[in-house]
Amino acid sequence: MIPELGHYALVLALFVALVQSVPPLVGAATRNTAWMNVAVPAAIAQMMLVLIAYGALTWAHVVSDFSVLNVVQNSHSAKPMLYKVSGVWGNHEGSMMLWIVMLTIFGAAVAVFGRNLPPTLKARVLAVQGLIGVGFLLFILITSNPFIRVVPAPLDGNDLNPLLQDPGLAFHPPFLYAGYVGFSMAFSFAVAALIEGRVDPAWARWVRPWTLAAWSTLTMGIAMGSWWAYYELGWGGWWYWDPVENASFMPWLAGTALLHSAIVVEKRDALKSWTILLSIVTFSLSLMGTFLVRSGILTSVHAFAVDPKRGIFILVLLAIATGGSLLLYSLRAPSLKAGGLFAPISREGALVLNNLLLSTATATVFIGTLYPLFLDIMKLGKVSVGAPFFNATFVPVAIPVVIAMVVGPYLSWKRADLGSALTRLWVAGVAVVIAVAITAYVKAGGGPLMALVGIALAAWAFVGSLVEFADRIALFRTSFRNSWNRAVHLPRSAWGMTIAHASIGLSILGMTGTSAWQTESITSMKPGDQTSVAGYEFHFDSVGLVNGPNFKAERGIFTVTKDGRPIATLEPERRSYSTTRMTTTESAIHTTVFSDLYVALGDPTQNGTAWIVRIYHHPLVPWIWIGGVGMMLGGLVSLTDRRFRIGAPERRRAAGKSAPLPAE
Amino acid sequence: MTRKKRRLYMLGLALLGLGTATALALTAFQDNIVFFYSPSQLQAQHVGDRNFRLGGLVEEGSVQKLPDGVTTSFRVTDTANTVDVRYRGQLPDLFREGQGVVAEGKMTGGVFVAREVLAKHDENYMPPEVSEALKQAGVYKKPAESETKTAKKE
Repeated sequence: MIPELGHYALVLALFVALVQSVPPLVGAATRNTAWMNVAVPAAIAQMMLVLIAYGALTWAHVVSDFSVLNVVQNSHSAKPMLYKVSGVWGNHEGSMMLWIVMLTIFGAAVAVFGRNLPPTLKARVLAVQGLIGVGFLLFILITSNPFIRVVPAPLDGNDLNPLLQDPGLAFHPPFLYAGYVGFSMAFSFAVAALIEGRVDPAWARWVRPWTLAAWSTLTMGIAMGSWWAYYELGWGGWWYWDPVENASFMPWLAGTALLHSAIVVEKRDALKSWTILLSIVTFSLSLMGTFLVRSGILTSVHAFAVDPKRGIFILVLLAIATGGSLLLYSLRAPSLKAGGLFAPISREGALVLNNLLLSTATATVFIGTLYPLFLDIMKLGKVSVGAPFFNATFVPVAIPVVIAMVVGPYLSWKRADLGSALTRLWVAGVAVVIAVAITAYVKAGGGPLMALVGIALAAWAFVGSLVEFADRIALFRTSFRNSWNRAVHLPRSAWGMTIAHASIGLSILGMTGTSAWQTESITSMKPGDQTSVAGYEFHFDSVGLVNGPNFKAERGIFTVTKDGRPIATLEPERRSYSTTRMTTTESAIHTTVFSDLYVALGDPTQNGTAWIVRIYHHPLVPWIWIGGVGMMLGGLVSLTDRRFRIGAPERRRAAGKSAPLPAE
Repeated sequence: MTRKKRRLYMLGLALLGLGTATALALTAFQDNIVFFYSPSQLQAQHVGDRNFRLGGLVEEGSVQKLPDGVTTSFRVTDTANTVDVRYRGQLPDLFREGQGVVAEGKMTGGVFVAREVLAKHDENYMPPEVSEALKQAGVYKKPAESETKTAKKE
């Protein structure tokens, strides 16, 4: 009964979404207030209905209702509760449900919090959101219905892919989707603005917080995915340039560019049509990510089912959304009035450079990801493009972004002096020299040249960002109390920027450390054996059998010592899931923040007395994710900025009276 | 600076960016593309010292651990032809005789030395390259069938 209720709610949601889109569009065109106002209750009702449907599906999973096909295929009665709940989005149908849940929550948020929006803009934004909802609800109902029943109901289910039964991955999809779908807000605002034919700073102030929120959650989602790959796949890598990873990385790159160009629109009323274009591109890349991952074109843990109908449906959606909005853009963009002028060396100029480089970086990832698909479709052969390609194309473009990132905040709007900005950064320059010297000394030669470049870049980004902040609060140039006061009164967006930029330095440090200096050992070990890796002694004590709720595991016990001192006991597992007949590697990691010791237990040898053991020493690797969390925090801090909380039009009036905020 | 001039600058910069991206991509493609071959395609191909991907089924009864304990040798087959493969390291969790496999590496003295054996993510999954290669060799079975077969075996 409850699944039928969910199904019914989903069908209703489709019709409500239609009501949310068509009348408000007509109303906005004819200035009919009543028709425009339909959008607000419709957006809220659509969210309620979708939540009911999602709740019904969750209920079916939680109580293990095996008369529902989706539950049979992806759940098992013995599965722990956490994975019963996360298993809802751990499959194709459920993940699309999560997508639409996010979409309607964002839509309802505009309806509720958008009181200050100009009525026509608000109606149009909600209408565009409604249209996206129509597309995806149709997609779910036609090709991916999660409420289909099976008769007779089997006694138990097939269980969720064991690789997905992991706390780190349980929350990866919600974050990722909140990011993907969050960019739909920028898209809806862009399309609405194109229909209106008007983009102004108030518009940008409306778009920025949504973009910030989406970017922050996407950052977190990507970081969690990479962390999962690191410890669960047992290979010890943190990024593979796998097409599925790239699918989430492209919207992130474009979103980062959008985040920065929207600042220019907000502060200087310039770069308007570029920002609109970026909004469209970013969401299109999110849709493309969904298409690539869900269509089964790419095979991975994400491609749950290979059903060409679904791929074609999403492709059509993508074509309509992207094609339609780009067509609208080409018709309307020329009528957008260009705003303030600026010299090439200026804050605007720096942000333009950031945008150009990030777009170029996005393009290289795009080419590398889609080229194999293109060749395949054209029957020109099967190829794969891996890490070497991206290291040769993406990295050279990313390096100047990081260099410019530190200088940019020193430049003033309109016209700036590069020389004086650079002289104020002398501390960061000194830090770079020291960091490189220390690295070269400690690592006797410093390893590969790229490692020194990476360390230099990390020091530049981290120290440079902090120096800029110190400069802003006049640290050491006035009393501490005074500096403290200044810091407290700095806008939160300035805090957010410093945190995020410095965090990028931390991530680069981690990436460099583990890429350049990791030590790996693959040996066959019997209990009682000992191996030495990077100065640590790994003693293989024993292997025991462990019973989990839905798996059996071999658990190895390793004692790690260094110069006779005990460091840690590591217990890697090799789990066999009975239902899916799959084995997973649960690596054991001991982290000291400065490095990770990583042990994975592999196959037993043929007579079963020895095991293949992978041991890694990963220097600095935790900083990759510490940096990732830092970037997200930077985004969230920035989100609490005063000007986003106060409604856009009111803020504009207030700005005339109050003194301008410092250093902006 | 006039509006026109600024637009010109912007356009120039954008073109420069695009040019850089294209140039980087083209040079990188030359060295870094990895082709996929099935054992039969490999017969007709001169691969030299290049990295490539080899895909097919792991031949039944061919998997052997070498005395050092960490190197595995096996044969990859598309039933028409086979290739000897050697891999040092931990095989993915789902590596099994009779199942599909994709390995990346190069030919060294008639043996394919794999640098990496790609992980499959679930039991039913067959890498598309492999299923296509098998279809061409005329022996492709639907995953469902092959699954019941393994179920019986166990």
